Amino acid sequence: MIPEQFGYSAPTSLQEAFSLLQELGEDAKILAGGHSLIPMMKLRLATPFHLIDINKIPGLAYIREEGNTLKIGALTREVDLEESTLIHDKYPIFIDASKLIADPQVRNFGTLGGNIAHGDAANDHPAVMIALRAVVEISGAGGSRTVAIDDFFHGFYMTAIEQGEILTEIRISRPQSKFGSAYHKVERKVGDYATAGVAIALGMDDKGICTYAGIGLTNVNATPMRAERSEAALIGTNLNAEAINLAARHASEDCQPSSDLRGDEEYKRHQ
Amino acid sequence: MKKTINIKLNGTDHSVEVEPRKLLVHLIREDLSMTGTHIGCDTTSCGACTVLIDGRSAKSCTILAIQADGKEITTVEGLATAGGLHPLQEGFKENHGLQCGFCTPGMMIRAVELLGKNPNPTESEIRWGISGNLCRCTGYNNIVKAIQYASAKMRGAELPSTEPEFV
Repeated sequence: MIPEQFGYSAPTSLQEAFSLLQELGEDAKILAGGHSLIPMMKLRLATPFHLIDINKIPGLAYIREEGNTLKIGALTREVDLEESTLIHDKYPIFIDASKLIADPQVRNFGTLGGNIAHGDAANDHPAVMIALRAVVEISGAGGSRTVAIDDFFHGFYMTAIEQGEILTEIRISRPQSKFGSAYHKVERKVGDYATAGVAIALGMDDKGICTYAGIGLTNVNATPMRAERSEAALIGTNLNAEAINLAARHASEDCQPSSDLRGDEEYKRHQ
Repeated sequence: MKKTINIKLNGTDHSVEVEPRKLLVHLIREDLSMTGTHIGCDTTSCGACTVLIDGRSAKSCTILAIQADGKEITTVEGLATAGGLHPLQEGFKENHGLQCGFCTPGMMIRAVELLGKNPNPTESEIRWGISGNLCRCTGYNNIVKAIQYASAKMRGAELPSTEPEFV
């Protein structure tokens, strides 16, 4: 399968990329890892007029901690998250999520920014971002702005990124408490999209009381979803079985899964 | 519309004119006549088209040829040297690691990167490592043994038994 014809540019600076985006208008698409976009182009589900390949722009791939904030460059590959000792030691949720995304070859190219900017509720990282209450940095010719993750996903393939802008960084502030996180998904086979997935981050004080709860759900809603009632059910408890069962029941009641080949609505709610 | 790209394929430099929409696997097979790399599913699932791009294993049906500009590509044809077969090729030969052979080039190229990062993988690490490569003959047990054999050979360790397993 061969995509429809398109033009191609590979700018070597963000400024050059912004100028191209402005010049070409909304028919131009950003090519990062390309492992969602190129398959869609081959199936002619996407037919961009022009691709702006950002892979030759230096300085967009990094994982670093500044004070209490984790900063990840949008062009960071899944494999680099998987192999980062910083991520491994402090944010294991990324390891859980990354290793469940597609397969090793895809993770060699797929990027964290792309996984989020694609705006697909079936992708895994959006739920992780919700659990961690991430803030994303979006840049354009006029400078950069930040958007809280709860304001980022607008609809199917629709996000807060405006024409002429590029997602450049993901920021996560670590709560000042005992903190743990994990991601789990039910999938039909290795590398499949989630039938349903859940990302959870919890913080506890010295007395074992939950002071932070972030819960994001994958592929059970039109947009990546925060399980608000589930979070509230955990805060202030010592995370006993009763609180956890209530949180799970709320998540099951509040999600809006659609029936598809991966399972019907009832089955997905049960997950 | 066409652009000239420069790539190094298995050690040889090439300068080729490509349309932006040409996939890397088509450049390798059709323009450069290296047909060892196979096209299986054409949907990023099966891994038959796996090649190394600057040492990273990639499904070449999902990469544009133009993205490989300035890169070094290794395909199955690049594994053997004048000194003989690559340890992985020897491993697949000794362990009956292939039946129809269609997935084999992708399996071997994927295993090159796997062993480069993890020279002595456990069986489960090997199975996880080749989770993006499908063998429709379902000959996975012998493929795992072939990779274990190559791992031992590359580390200079004692070679495992090559008694093939027929299930």
